Amino acid sequence: MDKMTNKDYQKFVEEKIPKPIYLKNAINAFLIGGLICTLGQVIRNILFSYNLDEKTVAIGTSIILIFLGSLLTGLGIYDKIGKHGGAGATVPITGFANSIVSPAMEFKREGFIFGVAARMFIIAGPVLVYGVGSSVIMGILYIILTKR
Amino acid sequence: MEYLKAFLVGGSICVIGQIILDRTKLTPAHILVGFLIIGVILGGIGWYEPLVKFGEAGATVPISGFGYTLSRGSIEGAKAKGIIGAFTGGLEAAAGGIAAAILFGYIMAVVSNPKTKD
Amino acid sequence: MAIKRVGLQTVKLSNPPSIISGATIVGPKEGEGPLKEYFDLILEDDMWGQESFEKAEAKIQEEAIKLAISKANLSPNDIQYLFSGDLLNQIISSSYTARQLEIPYFGLYGACSTMTESLSLGAMIIDGGFADKVVCATSSHFSSAERQFRFPLEYGSQRPFTSQWTVTGAGATVLSATGNGPYITYITTGKIKDYGIKDANNMGGAMAPAAIDTISQHFKDTGYSPKDYDLIITGDLALVGKRILLDLMKREGYDLSEVYSDCGLKIFDGEKQDTHAGGSGCGCAAVVFNGYIYKEMLKRNLNRVLLVATGALHSPLSILQGESIPAIAHAVTIDNLVE
Repeated sequence: MDKMTNKDYQKFVEEKIPKPIYLKNAINAFLIGGLICTLGQVIRNILFSYNLDEKTVAIGTSIILIFLGSLLTGLGIYDKIGKHGGAGATVPITGFANSIVSPAMEFKREGFIFGVAARMFIIAGPVLVYGVGSSVIMGILYIILTKR
Repeated sequence: MEYLKAFLVGGSICVIGQIILDRTKLTPAHILVGFLIIGVILGGIGWYEPLVKFGEAGATVPISGFGYTLSRGSIEGAKAKGIIGAFTGGLEAAAGGIAAAILFGYIMAVVSNPKTKD
Repeated sequence: MAIKRVGLQTVKLSNPPSIISGATIVGPKEGEGPLKEYFDLILEDDMWGQESFEKAEAKIQEEAIKLAISKANLSPNDIQYLFSGDLLNQIISSSYTARQLEIPYFGLYGACSTMTESLSLGAMIIDGGFADKVVCATSSHFSSAERQFRFPLEYGSQRPFTSQWTVTGAGATVLSATGNGPYITYITTGKIKDYGIKDANNMGGAMAPAAIDTISQHFKDTGYSPKDYDLIITGDLALVGKRILLDLMKREGYDLSEVYSDCGLKIFDGEKQDTHAGGSGCGCAAVVFNGYIYKEMLKRNLNRVLLVATGALHSPLSILQGESIPAIAHAVTIDNLVE
């Protein structure tokens, strides 16, 4: 053991780790992710049937899906969907809702300021930071590139 | 037909995320941020638009669609109001989703408690 | 002159303290596992009527200690020292427990190695003539550990295959200067080993070198070999750590395959209970030792056991900063007979 370098040991450990079942995980992610998006499409079509314009429909669909993601998290169901669906549950907007609601619920005991409100964004915070930041840069780049 | 397209496009985006999760040490939080930035960039250079036209909800429901909404909003803002629009446009377009997540998140935290996994 | 020292890292107790009682309380999931009949109390609800998981953990530890003391027909006033620790920040579960019990208290942090760390110190204090009765205890709780070290409970993420399941439970041992055994006869204190593993989801891989180092040092110091033991059991190396340990011990010249086991593998049925690599947490070695091992020793089904609890001494902060995981293992020999 003493003769082993850190690199040797780490390589040795990698060999001992059971490999994930790639195919099964991928199929599950495809099915769950696909189903959530199909549900989104159903909501979209229903909203369109009320003669709403594209923008309103897009926003309305997001809000409804976020509500559903929040509700399923509150009921303790979304973590089970995530366990099977993996990225299929993380990547859709419902997963974004789950990432906000789950820490908010979890840290209620630490109070409504430093618990619920402060912890709400431990996972979703970076999403907003990078999303808003990079989109502003996109807008500025658009101005610079079209001025010439 | 549009349901099938949404299913295929949305499912495929999620599979890419799953493969990254399984093959690397990245966490779901990395995946969320990564896909979002990809959505912002592809939206900015106009490559996400065709995917939205084809897959509809399949392209807008994944978090990359949220990135697309942000960058499209920011660029439209820039077109209409110049530099100030670049700052306000993105959040304006995504405001509905963010406000919904905050409000519903808070309400759920008040009314429900986390349960131990089994 | 430290006359009780043997070799580099081992002490041989000249008046081996006796284990006069052991108690265990576990959560519902542990109570469905293969060792269920060995536990004193299985909770139906892991909140146990408390308003937070942290409070529940403190209550589990407190009740386990009280139970161990009353099983020995003693009261908390008869106990001269309490050695205990847990996984939470600033070991709050143990300190709140010690507040209730009013026993002079040494708080320990050895992560999942705390059971043998506390047994080591407790046994040495008794052997040194500083106390007649001490309690050694530790606890962990799945939900309090999960929210401190990983994601919120309701977050829909997948657990990697190498990840382990923190045991909800507490174990307490009463050691006495006099008694009918089993006795603590040797203590081998581990050194920190760190082979650069940075993945907090692979604690077995991070801790295996510490266990290998402590076990082989124990053999070198005492002159014993695997065949002198009925059981050599590590704390929570689980599936990945076990594979590494058995292979690398063979390279060291020791074949453990006949006598080796791991508390993290014993406590859950990995297939049925979906615990991935196995159990972990301070409570893992604590309940397997005070439940299974202690009771089997009383029945004389096991007579000589080397308990090697293993600890990964990282913090959530050190992992975020990209630091590797320092690991430790402490070995304690438990004998039904003394020479």
